[in-house]
Amino acid sequence: MSKYKALVIGGSAGSFPLVIQILASLPANFPMPIFLCLHRLKHIRSGYLEALSIKSKITIVEPQDKQTIKPGIAYLAPSNYHMLIELGNTISLSTDEMVKYSRPSIDLTFETAGYVYKDKMVGIMLSGANTDGAEGMRKSIERGAYAVAQNPEEATIRTMPDAAINAAKMDQILPIDAICKFINELAK
Amino acid sequence: MEDTFEIDILELSALVKMVREKYHFDLKEYALSSLSRRIKRILEMFNLSSIKLLANKIENDPVLFEKFLNEITVNTTEMFRDPLVWKHLRENVFPELAKLPEIRIWHSACSTGEEVYSMAIALREAGLDKKATLFASDINNDVIANAKAGKFPLRTMDHSLANYQKSGGTKKFADYYTAKGIDAYFDLSLIQNVTFKKFDLILGRQMEQFDLILCRNVLIYFNLPLQDQIIEKFAHCQNENAFLMTGARETIIWCKSADYYDVFSQDFKIFQRNQKQ
Repeated sequence: MSKYKALVIGGSAGSFPLVIQILASLPANFPMPIFLCLHRLKHIRSGYLEALSIKSKITIVEPQDKQTIKPGIAYLAPSNYHMLIELGNTISLSTDEMVKYSRPSIDLTFETAGYVYKDKMVGIMLSGANTDGAEGMRKSIERGAYAVAQNPEEATIRTMPDAAINAAKMDQILPIDAICKFINELAK
Repeated sequence: MEDTFEIDILELSALVKMVREKYHFDLKEYALSSLSRRIKRILEMFNLSSIKLLANKIENDPVLFEKFLNEITVNTTEMFRDPLVWKHLRENVFPELAKLPEIRIWHSACSTGEEVYSMAIALREAGLDKKATLFASDINNDVIANAKAGKFPLRTMDHSLANYQKSGGTKKFADYYTAKGIDAYFDLSLIQNVTFKKFDLILGRQMEQFDLILCRNVLIYFNLPLQDQIIEKFAHCQNENAFLMTGARETIIWCKSADYYDVFSQDFKIFQRNQKQ
């Protein structure tokens, strides 16, 4: 039984195929919730979830405000909302101002998940073209989270994993295939 | 650094208690993550190092408390936010409202006014503006002043225009405002049927009847018991068949008071008051 209770994944430009690959690699009965905070172009508001779902055995949902968190479900931050993890096993959404020009803000999802799950959280930072997420990653690490960044050498756009690596000490820096393997190990 | 400290839960509880006792405002029902974040921002803004110091300061300074409250309750929005919701409103809800001799609409948390101006534009384009009366309220005086002035940053107008067009708007959007400096000043004749008022959704007394209530992206800041209480309040100021709109990612289905409403549109979060008394 895994000691971990939550998997949080952040990504931006270049992360879309990686997330598809990760989700496709996971068993349907993955033992913890997955929080996906991914930037997408503002005009792409529909179809994104469907595209992520095609190869995934795990159900992916864009949560409603105050939705109860369940293991084995992937929660995708809805376009134009921040996705915050609350004490009491629920998700809340917010339309607060953008953080680092982003809404959803990866910083906020990481920070609030870190606050709730502490050392029971695994955070993963994928390819992306800005520095969103680095600060949230740092804060979740301070709370005890286990941190993984995609190897920047391999990332389509390395700014985001680079920023995370510069902001805090990662537990591992891995290429995507190894990230998939690592997450599957968590399931055991 | 944005914040170098953790929110101290004990100090936060003490602040919440003091605010409730002294100012009769209950922060306890706010979603914790948003509340913590806003309080962190306020500490930065007032240049204070702890919540305890903040509590001491606002306890004896009602003016500062007002500023604090405005920061806690400020809500960001945009014109024709979620344009497909507005399209649905124009195409499916307006024809129902058009059957009424007069139309009463309540923007229950009008914030800086974007939603009110959007509504006024949509009503005018549907030819319903003459028989519509709008009531726009917010707990935050600062944002109401902004709403009354009808002044929005010019740089947001590209996005507003895109939203407007997606919402089914076919007129020339720029005709609704005058650009001056860095701002767009909206035609104030749009809001001649609007009454703005400071109103506390939680503590405020029963309102009159409304044919349409908008409460979008407000419930997300509250916990479930408070959401329930607010929906119940709405139910008591709506007659059968009246409409309630929540934000696109909000849902009232977990509330007991959802029994007062039937779903009019699941996708667009529009509910319709049923017969339940």
